[in-house]
Amino acid sequence: MSAPAVRVLEHELLVYRRVWRGSIVSSFLSPVLFLAAMGVGLGSLVDANGGAAAGGASGAALVGVSYLAFLAPGLLASTAMQTAAGESTFPIMGGLVWDKSFHGMIATPILPADVVVGKLIYIGMRLLLVVGLFFLVTVLFGAVTGPGAILAVPAALLTGLAFAAPIAAYSATQRDPNGFNALFRFGVIPLFLFSGTFFPIEQLPDLLQLVAKVTPLWHGVDLCRSLALGTAEPGLTLVHLVYLGSMTALGVAAAFVTFQRRLVK
Amino acid sequence: MATANPSLIHARGLTKKFGGLTAVDAIDFDVAPGESFGFLGPNGAGKTSAMRMIACVSPVTSGELSVLGMDPQADGPRIRARIGVVPQQDTLDMELTVRDNLSIYGRYFGLSRAVIRQRVDELLDFVQLTERSGDQVEPLSGGMKRRLTIARSLVNEPDLLLLDEPTTGLDPQARHLLWDRLYRLKQKGVTLVLTTHYMDEAEQLCDRLVVMDKAKIVAEGSPRQLIEEHSTREVLEMRFPVGVQETLGGQLDDLGDRVEHLPDRVLVYTDDGDGAATIAHERGLRPEMVLVRRSSLEDVFLRLTGRSLVD
Repeated sequence: MSAPAVRVLEHELLVYRRVWRGSIVSSFLSPVLFLAAMGVGLGSLVDANGGAAAGGASGAALVGVSYLAFLAPGLLASTAMQTAAGESTFPIMGGLVWDKSFHGMIATPILPADVVVGKLIYIGMRLLLVVGLFFLVTVLFGAVTGPGAILAVPAALLTGLAFAAPIAAYSATQRDPNGFNALFRFGVIPLFLFSGTFFPIEQLPDLLQLVAKVTPLWHGVDLCRSLALGTAEPGLTLVHLVYLGSMTALGVAAAFVTFQRRLVK
Repeated sequence: MATANPSLIHARGLTKKFGGLTAVDAIDFDVAPGESFGFLGPNGAGKTSAMRMIACVSPVTSGELSVLGMDPQADGPRIRARIGVVPQQDTLDMELTVRDNLSIYGRYFGLSRAVIRQRVDELLDFVQLTERSGDQVEPLSGGMKRRLTIARSLVNEPDLLLLDEPTTGLDPQARHLLWDRLYRLKQKGVTLVLTTHYMDEAEQLCDRLVVMDKAKIVAEGSPRQLIEEHSTREVLEMRFPVGVQETLGGQLDDLGDRVEHLPDRVLVYTDDGDGAATIAHERGLRPEMVLVRRSSLEDVFLRLTGRSLVD
């Protein structure tokens, strides 16, 4: 970790210091609302029907688990994705176009790559906070099956970073925020709905199952869920980790290039 | 090599291209320590591109450039550690306070918190923002933001200060306050390099300047030298009623060394403005407005390029 990147992180924390209270309240309330409505409310309906919708015979891993316990780790991964997408779109545009704070940074000994690293460490810290509070809420809802479930927290952090890095790289190529609407509408929301967060992807038609398995959020959801429920298999877990790790690494490499091009010209 | 050169900035054949567009076309200049040096020219002349290369945030396309005896390509961070930059558009953190803007900028240079605390107090005092130190930046006036940007550029106690159009868009009072602060820096021995399209600013602040037009340097010298070389002592300005100027033909052409027909007025370049005005009157010409003034850099620019500085 180079020192200049830490100075970029200091800047982000200084800005965050102004909004941390509101941010913590909403990071706590949001999972409460979701788990209450979907997990408890909708979940009672699912569980009353024998949990068929949430697994049945095909989703062997889910047998014997309440819908709430099934939903929570999936939602954890999805929340990490959404937080990451939020933090790596508009704030990047802000630094480049609106208040131009990144341009101010690179007029000093700080390099564009330091901006990328500092910014991503900050996003990682934000993710850890959001995911940590989410997990706490899950515990309070009694939806945690054992101490191993805490592993879902680092898994969700990795899921978030796997989105944050490439999206930040993309954001640095944009002149205005119009592209972000498409990213959320055609990227984030469909992934949120169809990557196994709310129902096992085995419920999807064969072709869509295949699609879901190559998209990143499914890997995050399945990683979090299998770790939380203690059903993780070494082989598939490794696939998830390599997939999400590579996406993070490639995203960082791409961001180095796009930030350099945008800031130094 | 480059270190043997006493210039703070040394440029030969310095060129910047963006694709097919040549923004800076093989310019040569040197800036000496302690000097106050200006790039004067209209928008799009290449001033900002030149400044960005000096600030090591824009790679040189071709030619030679050394800043503080170092090569921007190889030593960017080391050079940037010793320069201060006031960009054309402020890059302040709107969400942070005045004080935090200065403090975090000090951190970017790796300064310790103790050093920063002391310098920030001094700088706030210098730019007269002490009372606003706890306020957010966003609601500050344009002049205050500009002063804050200047304070920020001084946080690393730079050897060289680069100012890209420091007072564009400010009201006259704010501009004079800024000029006063820059003049004080100059007296302290800080080397200033600035771009401007205001002649009065160049005359006030620059020991020496280059006039840029269409990516090239078209003249170089002190403001006084440039005026002496490229213009007359006085200028007679006349404005005629609408439609009359077009009917004058060559009636004014022998009144001075040179006559410029601008869309809204006629300029007669002569060493005796009052004499020329008298002759015009004797010829029966009745302008709505007659003004005799000293030549300025605006006239130099008009002479050199055939165009006005500010459209």
